[in-house]
Amino acid sequence: MPEGLVQAPAMPAALRQPVLEVRNLTIGFPLRQGTLRAVDGVDFDLHAGKTLCLVGESGSGKSATARAILRIVPRPGQIEAGSILYRGAGGETDIAKLDPGGRQVRAIRGGEIAMIFQEPMTSLSPLHTIGFQLVEAIRLHTRLDRRAARARAIELLRRVEVPRAENAFERYPFEYSGGMRQRAMIAMALACNPKILIADEPTTALDVTTQAEILDLMRELQRDLGMAVLFITHDMGVVAEIADEVAVMHRGRLVERGPVEDIFLAPQAAYSRMLIQSVLRLEEPAPQRAQRAERLPNAPILLKVDGLTKVFAPRKGLFRRGGEAVQAVAGVQLELREGETLGIVGESGSGKTTLGRCIMRILEPEGGSILLRQRDGSVTDVRGLDRAGLRQAHREMRMIFQDPYGSLNPRMTVGEVIGEPLLVNGLLSGEALRRRVGELLEMVGLPAAAAERYPHAFSGGQRQRISIARAVALSPRLIVADEATSALDVSIRAQVLDLLLDMQERLGLSFLFISHDIGVVRYFCDRMAVMYRGRIVETGSTEQVCSAPEHGYTRALLSAVPSADPRRRGLGRRSRYRDE
Amino acid sequence: MLHFIGRRLLAMVPFLLLTSVTVFTLIQLPPGDYLSNYAAQLAESSETVDQATLENLRQRYGLGQPLPVQYLKWMGGVLQGDFGQSFEWQQPVWPLIRERLGLTLLVTLSALLFTWAVALPIGIYSAVRKYSLADYLFTFLGFVGLAVPGFLLGLLVMYVAVTWFGQSVGGLFSEQYEGAPWSLDKVLDLLAHLWIPMIVIGLSGTASLIRIMRANLLDELNKPYVETARAKGLPEWKLLLRYPVRAALNPFVSTLGWILPHLVSGSVIVAVVLNLPIAGPLLLQSLLTQDMYLAGAFLLLLCCLTVLGTLLSDILLALLDPRIRFE
Repeated sequence: MPEGLVQAPAMPAALRQPVLEVRNLTIGFPLRQGTLRAVDGVDFDLHAGKTLCLVGESGSGKSATARAILRIVPRPGQIEAGSILYRGAGGETDIAKLDPGGRQVRAIRGGEIAMIFQEPMTSLSPLHTIGFQLVEAIRLHTRLDRRAARARAIELLRRVEVPRAENAFERYPFEYSGGMRQRAMIAMALACNPKILIADEPTTALDVTTQAEILDLMRELQRDLGMAVLFITHDMGVVAEIADEVAVMHRGRLVERGPVEDIFLAPQAAYSRMLIQSVLRLEEPAPQRAQRAERLPNAPILLKVDGLTKVFAPRKGLFRRGGEAVQAVAGVQLELREGETLGIVGESGSGKTTLGRCIMRILEPEGGSILLRQRDGSVTDVRGLDRAGLRQAHREMRMIFQDPYGSLNPRMTVGEVIGEPLLVNGLLSGEALRRRVGELLEMVGLPAAAAERYPHAFSGGQRQRISIARAVALSPRLIVADEATSALDVSIRAQVLDLLLDMQERLGLSFLFISHDIGVVRYFCDRMAVMYRGRIVETGSTEQVCSAPEHGYTRALLSAVPSADPRRRGLGRRSRYRDE
Repeated sequence: MLHFIGRRLLAMVPFLLLTSVTVFTLIQLPPGDYLSNYAAQLAESSETVDQATLENLRQRYGLGQPLPVQYLKWMGGVLQGDFGQSFEWQQPVWPLIRERLGLTLLVTLSALLFTWAVALPIGIYSAVRKYSLADYLFTFLGFVGLAVPGFLLGLLVMYVAVTWFGQSVGGLFSEQYEGAPWSLDKVLDLLAHLWIPMIVIGLSGTASLIRIMRANLLDELNKPYVETARAKGLPEWKLLLRYPVRAALNPFVSTLGWILPHLVSGSVIVAVVLNLPIAGPLLLQSLLTQDMYLAGAFLLLLCCLTVLGTLLSDILLALLDPRIRFE
């Protein structure tokens, strides 16, 4: 039963007409068999000075919708029906009727409606300076000469709070940090004072603290310039933080549209209810955790890491001699009890992934000890093991990786992927192996018949289940999960976390759970350790660290996490941390 | 940057010395030497061989001495700018090479320009209109061009030029201008002859270049920065040339290192077939007759050009691609 559009109670009567009216927008991608309707009859309005958040999971058609407004839907997609009525300075235009390569639509792109993209790393040309790309955007739509355009570009960079703007003008994108690049992108979008700003997941690739700053900036710019903003995101926390109105998309259709409070507090459509619930559920600790809270402090210590250090030697470039050595992990100390989950949180570059790899000895640490308690109660230092010993240890400690697409060999069947650890360790073969693989698949909620198929036939969530089956194949006792749920959509994320909790109960696993997502850690981890520049600055029970953080950095990190409740907006009042 | 260039130039010295040893060894590897070849030739044409004259020559060129001594003798000359005498031509090596260098440059550079002028636009078109009819057509023609050997194409073009256009073919000049001093007419005559070697030599490289350009550009076309530029409102063709094509061209710069030696040694067989007075056939001839000093000078020149070309392409790449400069 397809679900109809559920219209939430009407907005207070708008005084002005919307700047953009999208009606019955339908986008099709012609395939060999028939046409794929990526967007199917979508309606929404954008109002000056207001933000509409378009939410939905990957593949829901939100990006195609945004691109249709600028008529840059990637080939072979095309607008099949509907209208996009834009009210600009030159009267009303139906963008859907324009020639996508024509002069009229090019004047709108960048001039009247600007767009910023998700990947700040790759969305700017690496071969041209920031200044060049800014000046180009300015001169496309104005009659400014080179000097005036340059002055305007520097003024824009200042406006988006890029430090030392004159200097930054001459820099290349790869000399900027991720957050600075996104600021430069925003400056470029603002070049011609657009009426509408479309932002496609502009903060998804950024750290939480950087995200909080970019959101601040966008809100401030919107207030000053009175733009209408179409903000595309899959992060409900961000939605709660910035949206005036929300439109929920599911499989190309708009299932619900309304003011942000209504969507969060009283979602009407079944899909939005599910979406909100899977977000709210992560706000609370998992029920399984309460049950084991009693016995955990008495469980024996499985892993004890002390003074672990890893230095990356400077890379010698072609034109540069040496550089500074980077201390990625600086004397880390941690403990993990049997059956316990320890979350390691931190921003990108804090050394959390390196820490996980050093513990597994995928990377060779320079100093410290990694004490692992064996099944018979004896303790071995993983750092001192030779190849054969390490191989034994790797049967006890397994890893799950972030990217469900890159971490499975596409040329092996799922059965071969899961069976490989058993096969190479000489434990099982032939019929016994096949049966065990079937059991493992069923344990992670996939049919045993899936063993015959290749990874590409599965979705991201299913692939992550396959990775989990592979990780537990040898009945390990410790699993290092590096951002294991970060690439998944919210609803799938909750399912995979529950699967991990279930496996933990059944198999008595301990997890070292590396994540940048505080919400997930709060749900999933008994204790958490906060990492900052290679050091662990704070450790404690998850509740204690989250409710009463002691270290300044932890406070800054926590206050930058948007809460999934539109009534508790507070990123503007967050605390910041500078340790210099 | 200067520091880098200086270091690279210094590193070239021992490398080139090593190459010279290799070159010398290679020339000495086949049995016999120029004089025994010469004697055999004379005997074949049943002329009497005066052993005394041969011995005299052997003494003069030091051919009887041990190899290291011969090598040192040769290198000693080279370092002073004396590349020795060509046995076969009975004149110093260097003027012999220099004489042909100008025309060699002209032919190869025009062929190179022809290759780029044909291959780059087609490569860009093929990438932007991937899997279109024209893409398939160009791909097909490109592979045909890759598969047909240059000398065969040379013969075909010469045949067509003679039978359809009635043009005198072969060489770079008509008979009356051969050896004549330079004049406007001679230049015009040269240009009238130039197009055949230009097309024949140039076509051999187009196919691979089309494929490389197409593949490079296809990688770039899907990058997000192209979409950013499109969202700015840039016209499509301007956008293509300014961003993805610019990025796709960078790998070409690194092929420059191979182009320089190609100037001298490239398309030897085509040059023989077309009877071109350029360096290739001379190199081939000198190797066949074991004309030691001439061949050695050529091989050394090739090595120098390769090393220099690589350095030049590295510098150019750094100038063009800021990512490498800042690495």
